[in-house]
Amino acid sequence: MARVAIQTEDFDTGAELAALTSGRTDIGGIGCFVGTVRQTAEGVALAALTLEHYPGMTERALEAIAAEAERRFPLLGCTVIHRVGRLDPGANVVLVLAASAHRQAALDATWFLIDWLKTKAPFWKQEVFADGTARWVAAREADTKAAARWGATQAGQEAPG
Amino acid sequence: MDETLPLTVLYFAWLRERVGVAEERVAAPASARDVGALVDWLIGRSAGHAAAFARRDVVRCAVNQEFAAPEAALHAGDEVAFFPPVTGG
Repeated sequence: MARVAIQTEDFDTGAELAALTSGRTDIGGIGCFVGTVRQTAEGVALAALTLEHYPGMTERALEAIAAEAERRFPLLGCTVIHRVGRLDPGANVVLVLAASAHRQAALDATWFLIDWLKTKAPFWKQEVFADGTARWVAAREADTKAAARWGATQAGQEAPG
Repeated sequence: MDETLPLTVLYFAWLRERVGVAEERVAAPASARDVGALVDWLIGRSAGHAAAFARRDVVRCAVNQEFAAPEAALHAGDEVAFFPPVTGG
């Protein structure tokens, strides 16, 4: 049963790990990915990153992605938390945790979750610079390729083109 | 027979900025029976709409909060969202 959250406030990675494993003795490994705001965008200093999303669809998309991970990997628990709003350099953006009996499934599921999240969940990043100008981040071909290595979609279908 | 198709249309990120609104209720013509035909009609609504859809190949769509292709059928009351390729994570 996955825990999925979209929130403006920060998350506590240690507390989320503890919550995932509390009272469990069947878990043998937990994969963890934390995405954070880099201080520069192509060499230019960033004042902040603003994250917009599609309320309603975002929750459905994250739940579908987590459900797909649970279908593909023998998971014993899974957490996906994504922040929205204005985030300063160094701030946490996204947390993915995947627990399993063995490391292979835990680490593979973590890769899968972040790869699919980046290409199938309706979030949009805008870079805000010190002079007040802002620029929407363009989707990267590398992210699409990273998601494609996991094969066909069963949930959260990306439009062609 | 209905003459128009009532829809809620949402825009996100730079599409929202170009159109100038995040959401609009529209009465599309009955000919706007799929996503592509709806875009054809939306483009004529304002210069902002035309700018938003200037590069249709990069615009993504969702119908009732599920990703949808240009040929996806539309029905009265649908929520249709247009946005750039997603960049979360």
